[in-house]
Amino acid sequence: MQTQQMQTESAAPLMRLENINMVFKKPGSLFTDRNIHVLKDVSLDISEGEIVALVGESGCGKTTLGKIITGLYRPTSGDVYFEGERVSGTFDKKLSSYNQVQFIQQDSYAALNPVRTIYQSLYAPIKTHNRKWSKKQIDGRIEELMGLIGLQPSAQFLTKYPHQLSGGQRQRILMARAISLEPKLIVADEPVSMIDVSLRLSLLNLMKELNEKLNMSFVYISHDLSTTRYIARNGRVAVMYLGEIVEVGNIGDVIAKPRHPYTRALIQAVPIPDPEYKGNDELPLRSMQLGSLENRGDGCAFYERCLYSCEKCRGKIGFVKTDTADVLCCNLENVPRDPVYDKK
Amino acid sequence: MQSNTENIAEFRHISIDYPLKKYTIRAVTDVTFELKRGKITALVGESGSGKTTLASSLIRCISEPGRVAEGEIVFYGKEEDGIREIRADALSDKEMRKFRWNKVSMVFQAAQSALNPVMTVRQQFFETLDAHDSKLTKEQKEEKCRGLLEYVKLDADRVLASYPHELSGGMKQRVMIAFSLLLDPELIILDEPTTALDVITQNYIFNLLKEINRERGISMLLMTHDISVVAKFADYMGVMYGGRLMEYGTVAEVFKNREHPYTAGLIGATPSIIGDISSMHPIEGSPPDLMNLPKGCIFSPRCPKCCDLCLTAEPPTREFADGSKGKCYFFKEADHADAADAN
Repeated sequence: MQTQQMQTESAAPLMRLENINMVFKKPGSLFTDRNIHVLKDVSLDISEGEIVALVGESGCGKTTLGKIITGLYRPTSGDVYFEGERVSGTFDKKLSSYNQVQFIQQDSYAALNPVRTIYQSLYAPIKTHNRKWSKKQIDGRIEELMGLIGLQPSAQFLTKYPHQLSGGQRQRILMARAISLEPKLIVADEPVSMIDVSLRLSLLNLMKELNEKLNMSFVYISHDLSTTRYIARNGRVAVMYLGEIVEVGNIGDVIAKPRHPYTRALIQAVPIPDPEYKGNDELPLRSMQLGSLENRGDGCAFYERCLYSCEKCRGKIGFVKTDTADVLCCNLENVPRDPVYDKK
Repeated sequence: MQSNTENIAEFRHISIDYPLKKYTIRAVTDVTFELKRGKITALVGESGSGKTTLASSLIRCISEPGRVAEGEIVFYGKEEDGIREIRADALSDKEMRKFRWNKVSMVFQAAQSALNPVMTVRQQFFETLDAHDSKLTKEQKEEKCRGLLEYVKLDADRVLASYPHELSGGMKQRVMIAFSLLLDPELIILDEPTTALDVITQNYIFNLLKEINRERGISMLLMTHDISVVAKFADYMGVMYGGRLMEYGTVAEVFKNREHPYTAGLIGATPSIIGDISSMHPIEGSPPDLMNLPKGCIFSPRCPKCCDLCLTAEPPTREFADGSKGKCYFFKEADHADAADAN
């Protein structure tokens, strides 16, 4: 597949992923190697100060892609460029970009060391990357961070251990730790899925604020389209299915007028907090069975579940540019165009 | 009090305590509400609001050391000679074992850990059948299990012979639903049945549950923190906060009136994929600490409408003509005129 021209600006994007493939090998029997093809030809550009959301079912490879972006995994093939330089997945110390991309994990309890105080957890990364800083300087920085994330007075929180904080507070600490090295890009993997509903919005607001104030780019990974829409209001969304990006576009456009058959099903499945919308109960899917990731061929991954599949879908397919998004589908003219939900 | 045929279960002034070494935590405080026969009733609340504790009290499955301290739980079970009243909280342990799963079954949160990892699905189904009804022959049992698994649209041959780890999350949850139907109960308690699942599977599971509700007439009590799921699938809803029932009514009414500030806050804090998002705002503050509850109304520290009266005395639960309830001074009598007028 050719590199897609998804750039909105003429300048080089902050991060560029080109034809990323990720294959996990599983020892099978003597003659059959089981190749689990988790990501297949994924290309994505992330510009500075942009929020890009990755959405999809569980097992679609969104977390794997996040880990490749942060350099925790090295892709099997394909290139990762950061600010124009090829870093190929694992960040090299020489490139000094290793602290420019940070990760926020889903489970805030598991992500913080239970036997370290919050102060220690925040202190360590700053000290590691700024050897010459004095303790006073670092303390000042931590104080500043605690102000940014809205945990005040900070002395009350810094001496505590992770189990003494609530889930929302821990998630804020994770955010403080992620921004402590002033990264240019933060990958947030389902940051609010374990947070109570009433506190979710304030965390999303905090992320949006950081994005606007500090001009940090965010990659927001989630399966929940409604929170995604809230955070990435003006950003882009990439819908993933079985390791492929099937639709990329402005989030408002994609939700209002989804074009890929899978995106249509995904959007229809989202419950709406208003009993007046009952929606159509039957999803436009042929089966509930997710396809296999093993030893996959060229054809469309969505073939078996798609209502609009044709003969061409068996072969290699490419992206089609529509007026709203880039869609990976070969039979677009037969997919309905109407919005899934009519506006009131 | 309404007629017995309309309700399937009634909680009357239930309080549930967790006695600990030094102090006692009251997880549920004076909750009164009823479950309508053949309907889906949802309990909404954040973690720690006591919804699971309340629902498990019906089949005496409250995690240790929880105890029902006050109140009565009444279940109206269908017998051959009509409807019989059962005091679920006064049953002996032996009677309770018969009552559980025969009358009321439960789909637990996290199906992953609810199934036994070292037994096949068939063994687990058979074990439950044997424990409750040993009269069936092996063929009859096999037939029954197959029927149920096919009803939840699973491949019975494969699933019956599988161990739980061989099934995906959505499949396990469907096995649990089939499991809960095993003894033809009249009420199923669903505790966050789709929390760990993605939206497409979630939609599928709920359509299935709705079908079971419609076709078999089984009543359901659904516990969830996701108010959008309630809007789509439930008929009645109760909102819980800090162990108290803050509001109860039909889903349509509760969403339309949004009278309790907490309910309004929850609806206003739930992002949706349609409509305006710029007007959304979170509920300020944090959930209440059950050991250190505020004076007066427990929602008062986070409430935008809070007044002097709210700070001094806890509002009583008010019952309105249309059967809805509200625990707030700001409910308007006029919004809850008898439903008959509206029709």
